[in-house]
Amino acid sequence: MTKSELIERIAARQLQLSAKDVELAVKTIIEQMSQTLASGSRIEIRGFGSFSLHYREPRLGRNPKTGETVELAGKYVPHFKPGKEMRDRVNESLGTTF
Amino acid sequence: MTALTKSEMAELLYEELGLNKREAKEVVEHFFEEIRTSLEENEQVKLSGFGNFDLRDKSQRPGRNPKTGEEIPISARRVVTFRPGQKLKARVEAYARTR
Repeated sequence: MTKSELIERIAARQLQLSAKDVELAVKTIIEQMSQTLASGSRIEIRGFGSFSLHYREPRLGRNPKTGETVELAGKYVPHFKPGKEMRDRVNESLGTTF
Repeated sequence: MTALTKSEMAELLYEELGLNKREAKEVVEHFFEEIRTSLEENEQVKLSGFGNFDLRDKSQRPGRNPKTGEEIPISARRVVTFRPGQKLKARVEAYARTR
């Protein structure tokens, strides 16, 4: 499912909002989530999961082309931990075919 | 700093887009529910600019009860993984450089 399919599916369930409103809402939600992580905060959605930042230690890497050693600075990467309802629902689908 | 939750998300839709409070709450609810439904149907979710939610099937593997040390197999399962997109990764790294 892509972002535009997500917008269509929400719009199909929403009788009062236009597809345009749903599109703006989805884009606003995604931007707010990105902004939250980009400012170092967490996102917590019960039954869905939480997003946080994980720190990666500085390390020595290698330029794959030249083989030269390069120092890579420590960095933060986004991390998602699925919530219980998400884990259970996804796992229950194992063994079923769609 | 406190975490972002569904109520702040609905609040922003009310303030910025002028949805009424009930519509704002519903659309946030549906946003997460449609993603879960898609994943539950074994369908990957790709939100460009943010990231992809992928599914991985893991086979049974040996495990241990950490309390008793008893060996018990961890059953085969399907799990969700999130792969952040380039744009989100770049924004998060830009934040890290300011610290």
